Amino acid sequence: MAKLHFPRRNITLDMTAMCDVAFLLLTFFMLATKFKPDEPVVVDTPSSVSEIKLPESDIITLSISKEGAVFFGIDNTGTRLKLIEAMGDKYKVNFTDEEKAAFAYGSQIGVPMANLKQLLDASAYNQKQIKQPGVPVDSTHNELRDWIDLGRRLNVQVAGKVPRIAIKGDQGVDYAVVKRVIDTLQDLNINRFNMITSLESDPSKVAAAAAGKTE
Amino acid sequence: MADVDVQSPQGGKGKKKAATKRTSTKIDMTPMVDLGFLLITFFMLTTTLAKPQTMEITMPDKNENKDDKMKVKESRTLTVLLGDNDKVYYYRGIPDPNDPQIGITNFGKDGIRKTLLEKKREIGKVRDDDSGKLVDGIIVIIKAKDTAKYKNMVDILDEMNITNIGTYAIVDMSEGDLSLMEVADNGGKPLTETAGQTAQG
Repeated sequence: MAKLHFPRRNITLDMTAMCDVAFLLLTFFMLATKFKPDEPVVVDTPSSVSEIKLPESDIITLSISKEGAVFFGIDNTGTRLKLIEAMGDKYKVNFTDEEKAAFAYGSQIGVPMANLKQLLDASAYNQKQIKQPGVPVDSTHNELRDWIDLGRRLNVQVAGKVPRIAIKGDQGVDYAVVKRVIDTLQDLNINRFNMITSLESDPSKVAAAAAGKTE
Repeated sequence: MADVDVQSPQGGKGKKKAATKRTSTKIDMTPMVDLGFLLITFFMLTTTLAKPQTMEITMPDKNENKDDKMKVKESRTLTVLLGDNDKVYYYRGIPDPNDPQIGITNFGKDGIRKTLLEKKREIGKVRDDDSGKLVDGIIVIIKAKDTAKYKNMVDILDEMNITNIGTYAIVDMSEGDLSLMEVADNGGKPLTETAGQTAQG
């Protein structure tokens, strides 16, 4: 039998082009990235077929944890700085400059005003360890109302835009808590807001697509 | 390339190349590519390119004048009650306390979606007073019990989207609806009877 003879080929190839592509993409992702803001609570959002996207900036996020704790967050750092001052004035709490900065660059908060100082004094690591009971939303003692009201007004001053309200509720939370939050919003005459959900495929569209395929 | 022509003083041996060794300028790029892709993977995973989905809700104005409120024919309404354990109750119009035609369903495949589509067909189209166009007649009133889960609320709003029902409202639950749900759980027996039973027992 004749022996097949393969010529030995050099298998090293020029990696330069591949390297170029890799770094091009890397640069793109580095510039396009916006790190997920770390949230003090994990919220498992329910899914919906809605495909409306949340606006990029000027959002007040109200997270509701599974236990029913409500967390308040607003994205504009400038607004947050003014907000903490305004809230301090209103609730007669004196915040130091460090505490104000800690709030401005921090994430969402979920403690009553009385405990906010304590939370802001803690280091970033310890802040995560503290279990936050949620901003009070009871009809007699509604701090969330003040947070939203002042947050909205100050954001108009700072960014010139009325922020959108987004409710990010856990799918397992009782509706009673959500209702209290919505009632608070309606009290402030906010009748339009968003509910953050995760994506689910629309069954009617899926059925239509399947029907289209079989035809 | 940059060879320096060193002319030997003797000149006898002619041109002599410099001793510099020609090294290849080719470098092995593989580790660099590895690193590049590693970082790409990292940034791709941490980035929030996919913004979260949202649902827009418009609630009726609380402070609105009572006279401005839309008056609707009860025959056009379908009230959906969200109860515990993912149960959904529904009835049309205003139920008769002695014989409430209240149905129980769930969020399953043949659950509330089927019901909504059926009722939508049942109620049919109505001529709109302002535009004179034919519109869907169904008006869904959503009421959620305090112990219902938030997921149920989002699900039912989602069903409104899926079944293309444009007219719906989220309303607070009333005492009557709570007892209606109990009645439905009791197998549809009229209220008075169940009340009597509990009094006896």
